[in-house]
Amino acid sequence: MAGLEDLYKEIILDHYRNPRNKGELETPPAHKAEGFNPLCGDEIVVYVDIDDDGVIQDIATGGQGCSISQSSASMMSAAVKGKSIEEALAITDGFKAMMSIHESGLESEKADTKPDLSMGDLSALKGVVKFPVRIKCAVLSWNTLLQALGDAARPS
Amino acid sequence: MSLDIAQIKADFPLLSREINGKPLIYLDSASSSQKPAAVLDAMDHYYRHSNANVNRGAYQLAVEATDALEGARAAIARFIGAPNAHEVIFTKNATEAMNLFAQSWGRSNLSEGDVVVLTEMEHHANIVPWHMLVQALGIELRWIPITDSGELDLTDLDRLIDGAKLVSVTAMSNVLGTLNPIRRIADAAHAVGAVMLTDGSQYVPHLPTDVTELGVDAMAFTGHKMLGPTGIGVLWGTTELLEAMPPFLGGGDMIMQVTKDGFTTNDLPHKFEAGTPAIAEIVGLGAAVEYLESLGMEQVREHEVSLTAYAMRTLTERFGEDLTIHGPAEPAGRGGVLSLAYKDIHPHDMSQVLDQRNVCIRAGHHCAKPLMQVMGVGATARASMYVYNDEQDVDSLADAIESADDIFGLGG
Ligand SMILES: Cc1ncc(COP(=O)(O)O)c(C=O)c1O
Repeated sequence: MAGLEDLYKEIILDHYRNPRNKGELETPPAHKAEGFNPLCGDEIVVYVDIDDDGVIQDIATGGQGCSISQSSASMMSAAVKGKSIEEALAITDGFKAMMSIHESGLESEKADTKPDLSMGDLSALKGVVKFPVRIKCAVLSWNTLLQALGDAARPS
Repeated sequence: MSLDIAQIKADFPLLSREINGKPLIYLDSASSSQKPAAVLDAMDHYYRHSNANVNRGAYQLAVEATDALEGARAAIARFIGAPNAHEVIFTKNATEAMNLFAQSWGRSNLSEGDVVVLTEMEHHANIVPWHMLVQALGIELRWIPITDSGELDLTDLDRLIDGAKLVSVTAMSNVLGTLNPIRRIADAAHAVGAVMLTDGSQYVPHLPTDVTELGVDAMAFTGHKMLGPTGIGVLWGTTELLEAMPPFLGGGDMIMQVTKDGFTTNDLPHKFEAGTPAIAEIVGLGAAVEYLESLGMEQVREHEVSLTAYAMRTLTERFGEDLTIHGPAEPAGRGGVLSLAYKDIHPHDMSQVLDQRNVCIRAGHHCAKPLMQVMGVGATARASMYVYNDEQDVDSLADAIESADDIFGLGG
């Protein structure tokens, strides 16, 4: 049986208690997206401020939810801040691949395409895979980021 | 005489299951109850012994199947004090019963600007069907507010229901456990000429129920929360109301005559039961109410009041200010549904920690998002009890809550 220590790592609890980039950004210029987990009621708001070169100058997250969704949002914001949209998308792909329960089965296929990324703090969330119902909590902020980046790419 | 809970527990095969070598502590009956062997056996016997379609064949099996179904309908009618068995309409669950009512009664009785009164503590099953009629017909919804202690605030009831066509209120909250004064609200509704519907999903499983005493015109409830199987629910309505309502789904069984030009409807209850019903599930629900009757619903309620009192006392003594129990403080005014908040631990994390000790509770919004918004929370951790729970289950819950301190470093 997967033990809770695989889930509630110290780094995760630190991000939960001291979330990075928590708050709001003015829209516009920032883009805002809201994500919901209809099963459990978690809500995440992501603001991204993207400059003319396509770099995420600033990011903020809000909303409420469990330690997994909140810490993942905090880590996500730290991981993509200052990165280009392409880099942020690659990090998101890498994170979502890590969260995929089918990952082992797809490993061989994915090996070529998988971006070579050091997940840093993010790898602390790897244990979530052992708790399948919590995967949705971990990926909520990332899907919301994709939504915000998608909105940013769209001409307003 | 009080119930022998150890013996009752033994009637539920699943409750003897161990996970990772430890016993199961099932405290999520407000989501779905466990099933006694009597229910499983009745369904198994039906399939092995009497399975055939109902209301059709003249052969022995078909007669037995029809008798089994109608016997269950009669038992369920008796269980809720319905004057007539044909007033018990089988649906898939309470949600479908509510939608049947909204689509059939609502669409034929409501038009733009008509008022439907709900409360802030409703389950989505008693909200969304009405939102759908707001979109389709332009009806207006009004909301009876709740007090800080999680009871209905009826101060403004007269003003709220003035001119209303329908008042629809849950008999017991699935989040707060609050037992609502249905009789009083029904009398007030009738005084202004409104129809009174109640959501009995959490009430019927736990309290002696008499629809006539409740004073309502219709009630929805669901089989799987009252020891019965999933896939079966009930809409009860007065004969007068049901006869005046148009059919909901069309097809086999619900017709008297069909021609190329049209159809006429069958009599109650068949008018509302299009297609082959969930026969085995109906038989299972019939067995469930017979099991509950054999215990005695007064006794079931008595046990749950004393267990709820024990749980509230135990949790308060052990955790003091660190733990909040939402809803009414008085066990006599509530059911065995305890929505908890402990320190700053999120309900999901709490239920994950409890799962390590096989303590099954539900974390989330409990399909009552408007209530969550009023309470100012995103979710609660809900422990809910039934006739098979005992004080040891409550102690296990309390021990498991305490163990969260270690994981989240909140001890000392
Ligand atoms: C008060 C209340 N109403 C309605 C329902 C819906 O029941 P079902 O999902 O079986 O239709 C529930 C249970 O989730 C409930 O607690």
